[in-house]
Amino acid sequence: MLEIKNISKNYPDFQLKNISFTVEKEDYYVLLGASGTGKSLLLEIISGITAPDSGNIFLDGNDITYKKTQDRKIVLVFNDRVLFPHLTVFDNIAFPLRYRKKRHTEIKEKVTELANLVEIEHLLYRKPGTLSGGESQRVALARVLAAQPKCLLLDEPLSNIDTQLRYDLRGLLRKINRHGQTIIHVTHDYEEAISLANKIAVLEDGKIIQYGTPENIFLYPKSEFIAKFIGVKNFFRGKLLSSDNSHALRLFETSGLEFYVLSAEDEGEGFLLVSAENVIISNAAIESSSRNMFKAKVIDVFPAKMGMEIVTDMGIKMTSIVSHESVKKLDLKKGREIWVSFKASAAKFIKL
Amino acid sequence: MMKNFNTLYLIFAILSGLILLFIIAPLLGMFFLTSGKDIIETVKDTEVTDSIWLTIRTSMLGTLLFSVGVVPLAYVLSRKKFYSRKLIIGILNLPVVIPHTAAGIALLGVLSRDTISGSIAEKLGFSFINSSAGIMLAMAFVSLPYLLTAAIDGFNAVPVRFEKAAMNLGASHFRTFFTITLPLAWRPIFSGLIMMWARGMSEFGAVIIIAYHPMTTPVMIFERFNSYGLQYARPVAIIFIVICLILFIVLRFFSRNKIDARN
Repeated sequence: MLEIKNISKNYPDFQLKNISFTVEKEDYYVLLGASGTGKSLLLEIISGITAPDSGNIFLDGNDITYKKTQDRKIVLVFNDRVLFPHLTVFDNIAFPLRYRKKRHTEIKEKVTELANLVEIEHLLYRKPGTLSGGESQRVALARVLAAQPKCLLLDEPLSNIDTQLRYDLRGLLRKINRHGQTIIHVTHDYEEAISLANKIAVLEDGKIIQYGTPENIFLYPKSEFIAKFIGVKNFFRGKLLSSDNSHALRLFETSGLEFYVLSAEDEGEGFLLVSAENVIISNAAIESSSRNMFKAKVIDVFPAKMGMEIVTDMGIKMTSIVSHESVKKLDLKKGREIWVSFKASAAKFIKL
Repeated sequence: MMKNFNTLYLIFAILSGLILLFIIAPLLGMFFLTSGKDIIETVKDTEVTDSIWLTIRTSMLGTLLFSVGVVPLAYVLSRKKFYSRKLIIGILNLPVVIPHTAAGIALLGVLSRDTISGSIAEKLGFSFINSSAGIMLAMAFVSLPYLLTAAIDGFNAVPVRFEKAAMNLGASHFRTFFTITLPLAWRPIFSGLIMMWARGMSEFGAVIIIAYHPMTTPVMIFERFNSYGLQYARPVAIIFIVICLILFIVLRFFSRNKIDARN
């Protein structure tokens, strides 16, 4: 539906080089990259606020590279929302509706509908200056949806928002996407990317260095940068089971294995992340505070940036990073049978 | 340390007090030196009231007419960073630094009957010389920089992101200007309008060269002082000052209310 082709733009301090990717209708496309990689600039170019030096943008097969920003139907939510401070929340949301010469009752109806969707009905007559970060992000979303964009662009929409509110907002973004809204979202937060995206592109140094599904990117990082940036070796898709008590241990099911985890999330599909530094290897079953312990076989040993990386097979692959001393002491080598354990609190569940 | 600090403030307070006195003393003195009877008689003098009304009206009309051009000009100078921008701003501010009688002479050079604009006006049945049209131009010539500067500051204070966002949401550039930029820059522009209006009303030098008659109040104060003396000039000055003060206080009050409604 939206095709970005060889977009380049030079600025004195950074540049975008030959960016190409394709977004299909109803995609939730996340551009993941460290700050300063030109992600915001890329969104400005796609939305028509800034012109590229070269390259083309196609929407439904039409070249829109030099089309006016007003006529593109690709609308950007700026990182700092940019709500109009002199207008009420109602008038902010109504802003894109008014130029279409809609009738007053129609506008009111539409604004109310959008306010309901983003759950801010009680804020309609406030001024933006009095809203919290989460509230203004909801208003900005309602306003952008009022413009009925073919593609919605979000620039770090969840930064500067408290953790709990961030979870709620993620839910809202998912809901908007499931209503059929195509979204491109840029972020530096891999958790955000995992929990929202159906496709991810990783940007480094003004270039896209890998695209694919979240599983693809995280399990098979194509470059050291991605591996380091993402920093997660043990990454499993599965299901968190229900629990009566959110403070108790929960069970996470993946490929026939069950792990104990600590999570306050609702039951359902998601990813489990276990950092390799927290995976303990021992010669025998040990009594410890680790709730997860499995018999496994070493299938690979190689040097990591710090220490050694031990890849084990316990039905699924689990990687551990240990010191050179431990490798010697435990005589870790290919084919050796060992025990692998990690604490329930060392496993992080990210809901889909 | 603390003691030094206090001494500093003490000295500065005394100096500030002197400055304040310098402004207030002549004004208050004028009120004390004028009898109520003189003021009442002057208020009844239609020559005086006509003149005050002429001054207020002409300056206001000039401010409003010229704002139609000055505000857009300020917007362009704020948004477009072209090469000669600073030079243009400098030229537009010239009337502030040149002597106003000189400004009047310069203006006369393009408005008198033997010039192109003068002869066009004559064909249309009026003249700039000794007319309220000429007074208006003289007032605008010297007071326009106040509006321009305030409006440029006002537009500079509106982040371009607001305009980008509005246009990206589908608004035309025109609609963006009138619904986003202008309202957000309104406060400084409004004080610029008041400044231009006030400066226009108080103008003497440029006005007296273009038009001795009809007589604006500053010219009348000068004329009465010259022909009859201080005692006759004072009541006119007092009435003019009081009316101007009332107008400004009322306007300030309204503009403040409007802004406070924002948040």
